[in-house]
Amino acid sequence: MFLALRDLAHAKGRFALIGGVMALITLLVVMLTGLAAGLARESVAAISTLGDRGVTQVAFTEPAQGQKVGFDSSRVTTKDVDKVERVAGVEQATRLTIAQTRATVSGVPSAVSVFVVPDGSFAAPKGVEPGSVVAGSGLTKDAKLAAGDSILFGTKDVRVSSLSDDASYQHMPVVWMSESDAKAAHVVGGGQGGPATSVALLRTRDGFDAVATRDATGLDAKSPADSLATISSYQAENGSLTLMRVMLMLVSALVVGAFFTVWTIQRTPDLAVLKAIGARTGYLVRDALGQAGLLLAIGGGIGTLVAVAVGLFARDLVPFVLSPATTLVPLALLVMLGLLGALVSLRRIATVDPNSALGAAR
Amino acid sequence: MSLNVSDALLTFPDGVGRITAVDHANLRVEAGEFAAVTGPSGSGKSSLLAVAGLLQTPDSGVIAIDDRVVSGLSRKEAAAVRLSSIGFVFQQSNLIASLTAREQLEAVARLAGRKGRAVDERIDELLDAVDLRGAAGRRPAQLSGGQRQRVGIARALMNSPQVLLVDEPTSALDSERSAAVISLIGDVTRAQGVATVMVTHDLPTLGAVDSVYEMVDGVLTRRTVAQAAA
Repeated sequence: MFLALRDLAHAKGRFALIGGVMALITLLVVMLTGLAAGLARESVAAISTLGDRGVTQVAFTEPAQGQKVGFDSSRVTTKDVDKVERVAGVEQATRLTIAQTRATVSGVPSAVSVFVVPDGSFAAPKGVEPGSVVAGSGLTKDAKLAAGDSILFGTKDVRVSSLSDDASYQHMPVVWMSESDAKAAHVVGGGQGGPATSVALLRTRDGFDAVATRDATGLDAKSPADSLATISSYQAENGSLTLMRVMLMLVSALVVGAFFTVWTIQRTPDLAVLKAIGARTGYLVRDALGQAGLLLAIGGGIGTLVAVAVGLFARDLVPFVLSPATTLVPLALLVMLGLLGALVSLRRIATVDPNSALGAAR
Repeated sequence: MSLNVSDALLTFPDGVGRITAVDHANLRVEAGEFAAVTGPSGSGKSSLLAVAGLLQTPDSGVIAIDDRVVSGLSRKEAAAVRLSSIGFVFQQSNLIASLTAREQLEAVARLAGRKGRAVDERIDELLDAVDLRGAAGRRPAQLSGGQRQRVGIARALMNSPQVLLVDEPTSALDSERSAAVISLIGDVTRAQGVATVMVTHDLPTLGAVDSVYEMVDGVLTRRTVAQAAA
């Protein structure tokens, strides 16, 4: 790093420019990652956290022709649940019915997703029982709501036992409700409820066989994580944001690679002199890679810090997740890809001819 | 300490044939001896320097430093020999723009994996020898042409080489500075006991050297100083 550090100090302007570009790209990638994670949480948190309560598989009915298997089309009946519970490897099964409806919170009507489970279901969050629901904290955005308050579904009043950050689905707050309450409030089975879909939630043990389950029951079982891919809106949204992030990372690798290509070409006479003096190619490549790594870490670090500052402010306004996974992981990926871009360009060092240091070529 | 080039042949492809840059050259320079190689442009002087400095592998012939054969080495081994045993003074000093005069010397020591007080003392000693202690903190752009060349000489001596190869050191200097630089190279050659070979066009500087060779069309011939200057 002896040469690298002095080059950085000497060509401050050039390195500040590329460092600035890296900072801006990192800012964009970290912001997009935080936003994507925030949107994903709003979209699927109620599903992705099912595993916390022992759900290991989500089973769907075969869809009608032209439809895809998944939450959007599944219609699991109580008979299906009884059947799947008898399959080898299944410890417990319960039906989850999902409906979109409106609830009134402190006099303010709000759109909600209602997750209906049989009374006493193992898959329900703690606090869900007849007369008592668990509501997504998203409901507190537009109306005043706290544990102990009531929510009105049509004419049925239910008490909120607790609020949960993880209770959201398709960008709506989720209200986990027992089947008896759902029937009384006409949330499912006609009344005010919209068309409901339903899946079977399974708690399985070793030896569970998804293929055998399908053969025996006609239900298609997936892990909660895999089941997210069946939510078409989540897929579309997440796919677009992931594509943007991947493109930005590729752009950063190309920009860094292009910069170090030009930089190496400019340094060719110096490299020829150093090689003539006796510097090994490996030493020069390591020195230049160290320079690239330092530059990426400083530029990326500044971009990440700015993104964290913006994220702290933005997370009250938009869905945004600030965590090591949304800040440090994209930073590490950007640094690695940038180093890869630099490494490709630094291969040029190996081709510099030390003999060109002689004569008046410089 | 000596440099011995025996029967060195260097050719390059030239269309369907080959052109001979160094034609079976023989050159022996002893420790503390300052030898000059003169000749017209394109005569093969720099090619001879490249062969002697292990920058170019000859078609045939033997290069030896202190009777140790150093020709036929791998690129890595040749780089190691250059770093430890050969010092180069380039035509226009060829200093690294981002390094101060002191750091130019330190860089060479670092390449050899050396740092610390012994290195600092060696740098001070060499900067004193080229009378540049006061300009140690200046970068090449802040030095005059003569000062840059003196830093180049000090840099070439940093790892205490046995051989000093000097490529047209006065090509960018006026006559007064040229004389000073050549005198300095002669002084350090004797003081450090190195075998010095200087390629030059600058005939007035030949008064300061111990032996003169002339190169014409790749053929190296020993001359007296008077013959070469004529």
